[in-house]
Amino acid sequence: MTTRSSSDDRLAATLREESGRLVAALYRRFRDFDIAEEAVQRAVVEALTAWRRDGTPDRPAAWLTTAAQRNALDLIRHRGRQEALAARVAPSVSRDGTDDRIALLFACCHPALAPEARLALTLRAVIGLTTPQIARAFLVNEQTLAQRIVRAKRKVVSTRIELQVPETADLSERLGDVLAVVYVMYNEAFVSSTGRTQDRDLGADAVWLADVIATSLPDQAEAWGLAALLTLQHGRTAARFDPNGDLVLLRDQDRSRWDHTAIDRATGMLDRAATLRAPGPYQLQAAIAACHAEAPSWGETDWLQIVTLYGALIRRDPSPVVRLNGAIALAQLGPRQATEALADIDRLADRLDGYHLFHASRAELLRLLDRDDEAAAADRRALQLTTNEAERRLIQTRLRRHPLTDGS
Amino acid sequence: MKYVLMFTSEPAANAATDPEAAKAVYGRIYQWFQDNADKIVDSGAELEPVETATTVKSGGIVVDGPFNEAKEIIGGFSVVDVPDMDAAVALAKSWPALELPGIAVEIRPMVVDYSQFE
Repeated sequence: MTTRSSSDDRLAATLREESGRLVAALYRRFRDFDIAEEAVQRAVVEALTAWRRDGTPDRPAAWLTTAAQRNALDLIRHRGRQEALAARVAPSVSRDGTDDRIALLFACCHPALAPEARLALTLRAVIGLTTPQIARAFLVNEQTLAQRIVRAKRKVVSTRIELQVPETADLSERLGDVLAVVYVMYNEAFVSSTGRTQDRDLGADAVWLADVIATSLPDQAEAWGLAALLTLQHGRTAARFDPNGDLVLLRDQDRSRWDHTAIDRATGMLDRAATLRAPGPYQLQAAIAACHAEAPSWGETDWLQIVTLYGALIRRDPSPVVRLNGAIALAQLGPRQATEALADIDRLADRLDGYHLFHASRAELLRLLDRDDEAAAADRRALQLTTNEAERRLIQTRLRRHPLTDGS
Repeated sequence: MKYVLMFTSEPAANAATDPEAAKAVYGRIYQWFQDNADKIVDSGAELEPVETATTVKSGGIVVDGPFNEAKEIIGGFSVVDVPDMDAAVALAKSWPALELPGIAVEIRPMVVDYSQFE
């Protein structure tokens, strides 16, 4: 559920289109990342107030540029560093014609920064989110977050992390760090925003960013893989909640409400990734999502294909959550495979006992095998562990439909 | 931009390292300094083993041992001058001893602009 208005969406689209470019441009002009980022952040905050009050200006990009430049000069004056900076002003150069925002993104996701700082900095500098928006979206304390951003920016400046696309030898490894941030951004937004209201659709922002990256680095297969994955997941958003704001599982979703234009676009991206012949986990996850997206119903899904893809994914990433999802797919092939899948899941117990989806998935499989009492017990355990309101309601509904026979 | 590279190791891992492998790496360390001569402002120093460390603490108290109880000990340092952090990381990554277990290189920018303290 959302209370976002269409003007909020337009505002968000303009801000994310312009923020990163402006930070990069001001950085090239003043050679001070902290000032460039702060100046744009202030312009964004000003825009949020002024544009909501007076409407979006005719030339929003020019409005933001003017505001950010004024803020940068104020900051420089305020810090009394004009002379020091004047000496360092360099002509605006973009080394190789790549989108400036990509260079900015590589700096924000630099491995020398703490992982949580990379996400916060990316959201602010590249996407144009304000600190309070980030704090709300990720349910973190605003002051802690502000501190984290200040520390990260200080490190960028003091260690001279440049805004640049890495050399070819390091590109794929560094791109991995960037894609991980975008992936976390989407998933965190996906989880924390369920059933909550927000003035920005972070999921849409993540899809947009993944698209910018893939378009700017068109030879990177995993960049296309991530863009395809997020586009597919986002294309199913409209069907994920019913009119009451309750979560609808994939199997029960109204597939006519999926965004089939987005799905087609995503499969095109996957085809493009495949021509680059560099498979990776994002492409595999996207291929799994594409199988679901193209299936007319849960029952008519190509489970064998999905199980095969999970096999390939688990070989690359044998993390418990991937194995859990692989087991759920396996269980769809038949009763024998469901028993096998349950055994697979039970082997993950010591590592996933605190994870609500472990118990919820176990409950699904137990129910598939007609072990309803054990299924209800697993659902109750999942309910104890989930902090997300929409997921709580889903599990509660399931428990009501399958009343407990032990009288509890 | 000047950075100090601090070469650290873990004594426990050192003890377990194959002496032949370590010897081969030491040969390449000499070569590393030759190859990167244009980036090294001050080759710094290789330090005597940590057992030789003596620390003077606040109040003038003299004690045996290094200044902290960290697992890693500093074995030496060099001052390098490279364009930016990415170049410093690339140089640190090429440090031959990184092939051995327990070895790490810490990168710290050097203060060069003292105007901020005025």
